[in-house]
Amino acid sequence: MKNIVIIGGGIAGVETACALAEGGNHVTIIERDDKLGGKLNQWYCLFPDFKKSTQVLDYIKNRIKNFDIELKLKSTVEKVEPNGDGYFIHTGNVRYAADAVVLAVGYDLFDATRKEELGYKIYDNVFTQADIEAKFRSGDLNTTFGKAPERIAIVHCVGSRDEKCHNMYCSKVCCVTGVKQAIEIAKFLPKTEIFCFYMDLRMYDKHFEELYRSAQEHHNIQFIRGRVSEVSATPDQRLSIKTEDTLSGRPMKMKLDMIILLAGMEAKKNTRQVARLFDVETEESGFLRSQDFHLGAGILSRKGIFAAGACISPMSIKETIENARSTAMQVNQYLKTL
Amino acid sequence: MDFGYTTLETRSIDYDKFDRKLIEYLLQYEPSLLVCMACGGCTATCSAGNLVDFNIRRIQLMVKRGETDTLKAEIDKCMLCGKCMLICPRGVNLRNVVMLIKKKLSIDSGQLATKNNIK
Repeated sequence: MKNIVIIGGGIAGVETACALAEGGNHVTIIERDDKLGGKLNQWYCLFPDFKKSTQVLDYIKNRIKNFDIELKLKSTVEKVEPNGDGYFIHTGNVRYAADAVVLAVGYDLFDATRKEELGYKIYDNVFTQADIEAKFRSGDLNTTFGKAPERIAIVHCVGSRDEKCHNMYCSKVCCVTGVKQAIEIAKFLPKTEIFCFYMDLRMYDKHFEELYRSAQEHHNIQFIRGRVSEVSATPDQRLSIKTEDTLSGRPMKMKLDMIILLAGMEAKKNTRQVARLFDVETEESGFLRSQDFHLGAGILSRKGIFAAGACISPMSIKETIENARSTAMQVNQYLKTL
Repeated sequence: MDFGYTTLETRSIDYDKFDRKLIEYLLQYEPSLLVCMACGGCTATCSAGNLVDFNIRRIQLMVKRGETDTLKAEIDKCMLCGKCMLICPRGVNLRNVVMLIKKKLSIDSGQLATKNNIK
């Protein structure tokens, strides 16, 4: 029986762990938090089918019960030592022997306070999509002044595709998250006017384009092509934004009651630190570098160290599950060579 | 014979007829102009554009398409405040592009002496 240590107990970590335990390996998950599920715990429902995130969380919680997976919660890796073909992973006073390691450390949302001009944590009623998910869960979509918002702007590409925050890449899932949230709000508050301010709408996956069309057709969501350059507060406690309506070629101002910033997915703040600990490479963006873009996703630059999920690149829950299964397959193949 | 008709200028951009000298000059000295993705952030924040009819994003696009007939009058509306550079997510140095357009127009009209046109 081979020993595998998984770093991170989010969706990617747990799915990889289960797939590897299914193959008869002894698997240990080391998770920093006191529970499994990672960032998904903060979400209310998922695009494109509005599946409740608790359904996915229940799936992984039920799945993990089928296997004898060792859980080490509230723990972080402190030291990594080579041990023959494998490694010793130290956490606290425990040492785990691992024939293979899977890094599934996940992502962070871009810290929207870094885009000061968008007013996050400066003005009332400027939120991120994660704040809105929390509002969906609590069932209260009112503004901080306790009123139903009459007009809402959803701002795409906050902290992604932006040289000014050193994030050159497209975080890819925010576009559809914005459309999903717009529809959810429209269902909840049918009288509210909702605008999406976008540069390009990247509806890349199955059913995303249909969701975009449905937002227009059934919920009267309006799409304005322009990057929001400034947010300010008005004397009557509302918000005002400036953009260019690029399709009409004219600057545009709009008063609003609520702004939702679609913050991009970033590599976790400590991903580089984890990478140094395991002596694997990261990309300029901070995400873990796979051996080959096409053929070796999830295989890292050091023998026996693998990655799964959003620590490789931004990805949706569906892609994370797929990716975790594919990484588990590659780990199994590797273990046969030992 | 005059039948009272004139031919209208076509509204389409004739890409085959355009004089590339200006855009080539701009790209030589400010290659960042290549990476504009037309988000409109510059125009939204533009000091001049909020007061008068001036669209800096559109101007750089028209230069790239060789449509420069009204350029001289348009470019003089820029106040050179530089906010467009501060906002640009692709790092285009638009203020320098404006300065270069002004310089090239001056050189071409003989108002600015350069090594090439000093006789």
